[in-house]
Amino acid sequence: MDEHRKEPTPPQPPDTTREGGPRIGVDEWVARSGERITRRAGWTAPAAEAFERVPPWARLALVVALAACVPFVSDSEYVVRVAVNTVLFGLLALGLNVVVGYAGLLDLGYVAFYGFGAYAYAILSSNQFDLHWPTELTIPVVVVASALLGLLLGLPSRRLLGDYLAIVTLFFAQIFVVLTTNADRINVPFVDGPVDFTGGPNGIAGVDPMSFFGIELSRVEHYLWFSLVVFTVVIVGLHLLNESRTGRAWRALREDPLAAELMSMPVNRLKLLAFMFGAAVAGLTGTIFASVQLGVFPQNFDLPLLITLYAMVILGGAGSLPGVVLGAAVITISLELLRDPGNARLLFYGAIVLGLLAFMRPWTKLAVVAAGTVVFGFVAYFVVDAVHPAWTAGSIDGGGLGGLLDGWVIHPESSVRLGNGAFVLLVAAVIALSQLKGRWRLALTIPTLYLAAVVWENRLVFEPSVTRILLLGALLIMLMNARPQGLMGTSRVEIV
Amino acid sequence: MAAAPILELRGVSKSFGGLQVIDGLDLHVNENEIVSVIGPNGAGKTTLFNLITGVYAPDAGDILLDGESLVGLPPHQITRRGVARTFQTLRLFLNMTVKENVMAAAYGHTKAGVWQSMLRTPAARREERMIRELAEEKLRFFGQRLMGYRWDQPAYSLSYANRRRLEIARAMATNPRVLLLDEPAAGMNPKETHEITELIGQLRTEGGYTILVIEHDMHVVEGISDRVVALDHGVKIAEGSFEAVATDDRVVEAYLGTKAAATK
Repeated sequence: MDEHRKEPTPPQPPDTTREGGPRIGVDEWVARSGERITRRAGWTAPAAEAFERVPPWARLALVVALAACVPFVSDSEYVVRVAVNTVLFGLLALGLNVVVGYAGLLDLGYVAFYGFGAYAYAILSSNQFDLHWPTELTIPVVVVASALLGLLLGLPSRRLLGDYLAIVTLFFAQIFVVLTTNADRINVPFVDGPVDFTGGPNGIAGVDPMSFFGIELSRVEHYLWFSLVVFTVVIVGLHLLNESRTGRAWRALREDPLAAELMSMPVNRLKLLAFMFGAAVAGLTGTIFASVQLGVFPQNFDLPLLITLYAMVILGGAGSLPGVVLGAAVITISLELLRDPGNARLLFYGAIVLGLLAFMRPWTKLAVVAAGTVVFGFVAYFVVDAVHPAWTAGSIDGGGLGGLLDGWVIHPESSVRLGNGAFVLLVAAVIALSQLKGRWRLALTIPTLYLAAVVWENRLVFEPSVTRILLLGALLIMLMNARPQGLMGTSRVEIV
Repeated sequence: MAAAPILELRGVSKSFGGLQVIDGLDLHVNENEIVSVIGPNGAGKTTLFNLITGVYAPDAGDILLDGESLVGLPPHQITRRGVARTFQTLRLFLNMTVKENVMAAAYGHTKAGVWQSMLRTPAARREERMIRELAEEKLRFFGQRLMGYRWDQPAYSLSYANRRRLEIARAMATNPRVLLLDEPAAGMNPKETHEITELIGQLRTEGGYTILVIEHDMHVVEGISDRVVALDHGVKIAEGSFEAVATDDRVVEAYLGTKAAATK
């Protein structure tokens, strides 16, 4: 009964977690440590948290509504066309996501289904065979046919894994392009003379616009609205499917096909189903593409499209529906913006500055490089101007940034030859840079950066079709280094 | 043996190239029985499981579940008929959540088609709720370890012992009658090993499963087995109670080498 001898209670660790949360040190607290670390800091935190409170369906509605308003904001048909393209690419990315993101099948033949859908629609509703089927009938027929084609491709290749599947499906994509390019003079039994199926390299032009029960989609904005409706239906459908037994089985088979099979999932049938779903979505998108373009051509469905599509899915985060749509939007819109040399220049220098900020540590080093490059440029310009004035005779146009660069970058009147030379030097400098260390590396970084600017201003800026791909590639490399799981993907673990 | 065996192997053989892994094996497991398979490394224990679950087809012999042959059926069909297994080297769906891992395994005994799922028909909703409840029930079997906040964590965040538990929960979600456990106590500490021993007993008494288990830990084998089968080079060398098998000369020989060689 001696109260004085009562042991003082040991100090409890402070409970810093939220009300009702687990106590520090408890199993659950340890297991949830990841959540606390990843909570965002700084001024973006309230915005991010507010965004997360918005339910997904409301986000979807908001995005679709905003996209539908594009024609009211802009008078330019070009802008609306870009919007339609963005939605179409979003649809394509959603379909590819089923095959690649959910089922984990590396399907490189995906664009062929898109092409098939477009060609099928074009053949059924143009003067090619004088077929002008009603759209309400054509679309279901084409979608079902695309799904069946997906089944046909899946049947022989469902047992192939990884790289082997990729090769077989890539072959299929190539066959499609070769076939459409050459199927303009095919001899068919019981028909006199060769039959023109696809119009060969010239494609099929004069495709009918879509019309539903007498309402014709005559303007680009009609197609925007129609494709947004299709997009909404597809994304909602795929979301619901992903949250069902089929979606779970797809993801299980992506994680471990053998375990999935032994846990009662028919792996082969599920693979075929994924192929069919991907193909159906691609075929559906193809029909809209054919009618909004009023024509189809073989080169529309070649490898560059495939690569762009994969870039979208990977950039956005394979497996995440909003992610792949975001990826599609980012890439489609940046490719359009980069057609303008001014924007491209901004991105080029911006990427260099961001790269320096990210990788140059400590900041004194960064300051040395930045100041060194600027000084190096003025000195080089001054020396060249004095020795060989012709090399600085050209002028850089294009607004503010261009004006700033005018007295800094060596720029002759006809710049291609200098640009080519500088390019070779730049490659050599980059190789040397990767081999050097320490002070020498720092010293060489300065002329390398200047060379990059010279190459850009003298050579690349005149080739927007090349540079935009180049820039996009550089952007992708940087993004993938920073976020390997994609913009909205969840980082996946392969082996633990 | 009055009761007809639920799982029966008759003269099953399997060879890989020139290597006879399983040679004319006869084995039976009765309803609600726990049978342990022991044997040195390379004795053919895991191959035995692979043959039963259809990963490999036997070269000869027959495998019967309730008198019906399983030979030639694809693995997912065999699982649907009521044989589920765990893996010696864990094969969870690592990037799915704990609950999804278990829910995915309900695929075999659910029906909702693609369209029903996309349209969320009442039948599909009901089934989805059933799957969810089934998964929660199976996870509850493991006490607090796989409960609550763990449900929505990815499987890769689990500890090794919890992964083994999750594998068992996943196998249970296929609604099997026979559970094949491939080294459930491998890599566990003594306390966890003890827990697993009790758990396997509960699987029989509360879950009503018939269990065939491969195990190296003799304490576990002693604690759970109604009957022990010892394999060596794909041949059954002993069968019976734990004491009988553990003292069998041929078993001792298979594990430790011949007496003659040891004494010389």
